[in-house]
Amino acid sequence: MKIKKDYIISIVVILPSVILLGIFVYGFILNTVFVSLTDWGKGAGLKINPVINFVGFANYSDLFTSIIWQRFRQDMVNAVFYWLFILSGSLILGFFLAVLLDRYPRGESFFRTLFLYPFALSFIVTGTIWRWLFAPNGGFNVLPTLIKLPRIEFLWMSSRTSILNFNWQDIPLIITVFISLILFFVILRLIILKKNEIKLIIYSILFIIFFISFFIELFFAPPMINLKEMHGFNLASIGIIIAAVWQYSGYTMALYLAGLRGLPVSLYEAAKIDGASDMKFYLKIAIPNLWPITLSAIIIISHISLKIFALIFAMAGTDNAGTSHPSVLMYLTTFRANNFAFGASIAVLLLILSSLFTIPYLIYLYKQRTK
Amino acid sequence: MTSRLFKTGTGKYIILLFTAGVFVVPLYMTLITAIKDPKDINLLTVWIPPGYININGFIEAIYKLGPNFKNSLILTVSATIISSLIGSINGYIFSKKRFPGSDIVFMFFIFGMFIPYEIILIPLFQMTKQLGLYGSIWGLVLAHVVYGIPIVTLLFRNYYDQIDNSILESAVIDGAGFVSLFYRIFLPLSIPCFVVVGIWQFTQIWNEFLWGVCLTKQESNPITVGLAKLAGGEAVKWNEPMAGAIIASLPVIFIFIVAGKYFIRGLLSGSIKE
Repeated sequence: MKIKKDYIISIVVILPSVILLGIFVYGFILNTVFVSLTDWGKGAGLKINPVINFVGFANYSDLFTSIIWQRFRQDMVNAVFYWLFILSGSLILGFFLAVLLDRYPRGESFFRTLFLYPFALSFIVTGTIWRWLFAPNGGFNVLPTLIKLPRIEFLWMSSRTSILNFNWQDIPLIITVFISLILFFVILRLIILKKNEIKLIIYSILFIIFFISFFIELFFAPPMINLKEMHGFNLASIGIIIAAVWQYSGYTMALYLAGLRGLPVSLYEAAKIDGASDMKFYLKIAIPNLWPITLSAIIIISHISLKIFALIFAMAGTDNAGTSHPSVLMYLTTFRANNFAFGASIAVLLLILSSLFTIPYLIYLYKQRTK
Repeated sequence: MTSRLFKTGTGKYIILLFTAGVFVVPLYMTLITAIKDPKDINLLTVWIPPGYININGFIEAIYKLGPNFKNSLILTVSATIISSLIGSINGYIFSKKRFPGSDIVFMFFIFGMFIPYEIILIPLFQMTKQLGLYGSIWGLVLAHVVYGIPIVTLLFRNYYDQIDNSILESAVIDGAGFVSLFYRIFLPLSIPCFVVVGIWQFTQIWNEFLWGVCLTKQESNPITVGLAKLAGGEAVKWNEPMAGAIIASLPVIFIFIVAGKYFIRGLLSGSIKE
């Protein structure tokens, strides 16, 4: 009986938080999903009683196919590039900094503080400072003149050049090829390792399905949009990526540093006896052993790369399509254009994007806890 | 640790100093620009420190950002205190007073930490309007307290997980009840954790921008929104936003220097300590 009473007290104490999160997280998510399936007053979202019609997935299909929402598609492409570069930049630079500091060089705590201080700053502060550094007539562009070299003419935040261009039309094709390739390598690995035949069969079937659908898409699928629409990596976002990496590599450094110092000394000694160089030790032994840290760093940085709104706001403003991000467009659509329905649809797509990596991570954490 | 007796070669020091230099550049630029006379800020001398110190940038920035600074202070202090208290109680339950299904409930809490906040922005905006909190600083306090629950709960749970259960058992034998156990034993034990959580929440809330710009009116804008407005626009005198950036980051930098150890502990336990 005593135990049962304890349970009841626990549940009663936790209940207010459960209710609050139930409303503010889950209730609000459902509400946004609902708004995204309506037309919500068609741009008169602020009205007391907007006329609401249920439109199904029309908003979503507009976002992906209508001419008006071309900017959304570019923003999605930007989001992927931001994610890719900020993530890899912070991981690599962070690990590099951790290796530099791992062996307690002189002034270690000073350097550690120096590398980490940007992390304590607001994106708005960082953005304001870097906007000045990347101003067309200031900062980095005139740096070479200090040593009598010609100045740089690059327009860090307003360049219109884009590279790695591809046709929006080809996206399903690209995704199919990508998944097929991954499946192919998984199958190859299973064959080499000669284990788990059931898995092998399942993956092979999946591979055949994707392989066939590749040809169906190539020759028979109707076009998603009528015009050829090119999207690519805008060079204007390089400045923002640099600022974000500057701000977040200190964080990954702190994670890796804690990890490196938590490695058993025997690991290093064994490597030394085997005659491994420092470089080899870090690349071949430290990195595989620090995999759990890399995993959580990937999750956290991925999450942050979706929160890049404030940095873009401060560095390039919201109206600069070249540096934009779906979160910026969501803000503009909702609060400038009062178009709540489309704002909500973009928000739902952002949630789906972030859930792709957070939900597997949460399941992983849950399994670890209950183990 | 020092028993490893590693040597750091000269080459490494050179790389280290160079990297440190790169990290200092933005700081250097901010400082020298903030103390310049606007008429001295031109193409040729951006990188050169001024001949004399002009504090007009700071005076202007303090004048313009003063109200925002005050708003942020009220917002941050109140939301930090409230959310830390909620977190300590929740963490205590999830660590020491688990009930059937508490691990799943905990995961439902943690998911709230990983959502992009755009997804709740529209209903949040509408709800603060309905509650009459829109435009004021209290709508923001509410948002920061509620959406802070997942992370503070996680930090406190991880901390209480490290406290040995034997303390709990011996106290139960002494006849301490549920409530007195928490107040008399766990609360005093968790002061270090309050410091970590307090610093973490203070920094996060102080630096937040999205809700600030969407949920407050001019007179209740927090510091980040104030700074964004100060720095926005085309013809800015750059000494002002730079001075503003320094003012806007003073509290967090102060905390970072004084209690950097706790700050790092917070960010580590929020991510890898599972």
